[in-house]
Amino acid sequence: MTNTASKELLRIENLYKQYGDNEVLKGVSLKANSGDVISIIGSSGSGKSTWLRCINFLEQPTSGKIIVAGEEVKLLPGTRDALKVADQKQLQKIRTRLSMVFQHFNLWGHMTVLENVIEAPIHVLGLSKKEAMARAERYLERVGVWRFRDTYPAHLSGGQQQRVAIARALAMEPEALLFDEPTSALDPELVGEVLKVMRSIAEEGRTMLVVTHEMGFAREVSNHVIFVHQGRVEEEGNPREVLTKPASERLQQFLSGNLK
Amino acid sequence: MEWFDLTVVTGSLPEFWRGLWMTLHLTGIALIVGFAFAVPLSIARVSKNPWVSAPVRAYTYFFRGTPMLVQLLLVYYGIGQSEWMQQMWETGNPFWLLFRDAYFCALLAFSLNTCAYQLEMFAGAIRNTPNGEVEAAKAMGMTRSTALRRIILPSALRRALPPFSNEVILMLQGSAIASAVTLVDLTGAARNVYSRHYAPFEAFIFAGLLYLVVTFVLVGLFRVAENRWLAHLQPRRSASSAKKD
Amino acid sequence: MDALIEYSPSLLAGAWVTLKVAILSLILAVCTGLLGAACKLSRLAPLRWWTALYTTVVRGVPDLVMMLLVFYGGQVLINQFSDYLEWEMIELNAFAAGVLTIGFIFGAYFTETFRGAFQAVPAGQMEAGRAYGMSGWQAFWRVLFPQMLRYALPGMGNNWLVLLKSTAIVSMIGLSDMTWLADQAGRSTHQPFTFYLAVCVLYLAMTSVSNAVLQRLERRYNVGVREANV
Repeated sequence: MTNTASKELLRIENLYKQYGDNEVLKGVSLKANSGDVISIIGSSGSGKSTWLRCINFLEQPTSGKIIVAGEEVKLLPGTRDALKVADQKQLQKIRTRLSMVFQHFNLWGHMTVLENVIEAPIHVLGLSKKEAMARAERYLERVGVWRFRDTYPAHLSGGQQQRVAIARALAMEPEALLFDEPTSALDPELVGEVLKVMRSIAEEGRTMLVVTHEMGFAREVSNHVIFVHQGRVEEEGNPREVLTKPASERLQQFLSGNLK
Repeated sequence: MEWFDLTVVTGSLPEFWRGLWMTLHLTGIALIVGFAFAVPLSIARVSKNPWVSAPVRAYTYFFRGTPMLVQLLLVYYGIGQSEWMQQMWETGNPFWLLFRDAYFCALLAFSLNTCAYQLEMFAGAIRNTPNGEVEAAKAMGMTRSTALRRIILPSALRRALPPFSNEVILMLQGSAIASAVTLVDLTGAARNVYSRHYAPFEAFIFAGLLYLVVTFVLVGLFRVAENRWLAHLQPRRSASSAKKD
Repeated sequence: MDALIEYSPSLLAGAWVTLKVAILSLILAVCTGLLGAACKLSRLAPLRWWTALYTTVVRGVPDLVMMLLVFYGGQVLINQFSDYLEWEMIELNAFAAGVLTIGFIFGAYFTETFRGAFQAVPAGQMEAGRAYGMSGWQAFWRVLFPQMLRYALPGMGNNWLVLLKSTAIVSMIGLSDMTWLADQAGRSTHQPFTFYLAVCVLYLAMTSVSNAVLQRLERRYNVGVREANV
């Protein structure tokens, strides 16, 4: 399928994040190779979303290292709780290599579906309009919403909007895709269509980091699962083992629905 | 008792047209100049840096907290008080002499006034931009200025359209005070016609009607604009629902 | 600066005139607005249409033009009536013309404010009142009206601030409000800037005090019921 040796795309080392006295992340690490689909699970408040948002610096980590495709993000001390990015240009470049799909889609409301997808390729990557349109057509078709290309997001269902958001992320042709609870804001009957798209993307060989509550997806699609509890990695491993025969008690409780 | 002498109106039509024309270009230019400065100033207004936002706040506090008439008088009569300005006028330099010109002063005062109101409404719209859309822009690697230019401002200016249309109409009405500094706008023309014929009803009712007509035209134009630029916020009207897949 | 101090008594007297005009206009505007809102919400179509005509005309014609019409036209009307009735010449004074015009104009804005506020009160409130045996009027005064005021407060506050500033145009029909006095003082001392600036400061003081009072009122009535910004 792929002939590239599995190269390391993303490495997080010892990430700490605190807000004042509240320690949200207490030294978490992960490694993602090309083609990995990593699910991050845990209860609300466990820090999993914060972890993801630190990777593309929507939150500023308190300490730790973030290395994208071998390139370490240069950081400087900032405030007590947050490091500062040393080189804005480097941050920008890194962000273009890590597309994010948000819980609330965050499509740009005043633009049509098509305009949403071609916007960043043109104005951040510098592609010509023709190239961007070609990409948009390819990915919008891929997720099944090409026919809505001239529609405004507010006129689409949640599932359709999220699929557009996935196409928008794919159009940047990133090294890895970050998913922040992509189905949590959807009505139950719309969750399936989004998971289906995510699964087909994973099967294509894309590298994905998915924060999710959907255990089915974690078990069947991802090749590595990380269980986060109160800011620490409590347990991780192959989903088929970890999720069916959890070693730690907390994970057992979480899976049986007791941990809130 | 002579109720309404139409000949007063028909006899003075050229005067009314000239006055109407002055009202239109005075208001129009002031609005455009005000807009041009209001957009960048509104960005300054929402800045987190107090050195940048405080002067703008002081500016809008003054110009929104005082009547436009007093602002106009301040500019037209007040500027001449300064000895320095009087000296500049002595030199005959055409730029400084502009400040003695009633039209220029009215334009300046009106522009300063409408700019303050416009910038506050744009600043409010910028602040109300959905935070998620700004995060998505950041996450895609946009610089702050690209995000501002492509995402925040287009969204904010569209949402500011309804209050902006209101401001345009208020400026049209407000421009009537131009006659306080001897400019012959539509109201000035009406006052002249009144004093010539002692016909207050004919003069002012006709002027009022003209203002009404212009207002209606503007309201209609803005409705068209809203249909075009606020389409993304309106509920879907088509029979086939896009929400079914 | 000395000129300012010398003229301050008359400036303050002018400020008092400004306040009087504003407050009396406000009272007239509020009463007119309540009446207008009642008409706009009435079942009788002609009442609704006439009120719509009223608000449209007020929004479409400058305050100054209306005031000139009322002042000069009103004088003509009064003259003709007093000729007809053989009374002595009555002069329409600028103060009355100012208050009548501004009250009339802002009556239209208050009509919209009150109409919106009445409609914002959930219909169930009145129903509950009637269900507990209140008469129509009782339910109106005890249930609908107080709640309507809560919704109306932000709009009323805004209207007041606009009204206060628009009183400056009465100086153009010769009423000795503070703008007119500043004009006079400026001319005689050749210091127009100083006096107009002083008037600005006085207006800013009035609007700031109004803002502070409005904030306390809103907090007291637990408002915060503005139009939602989706």
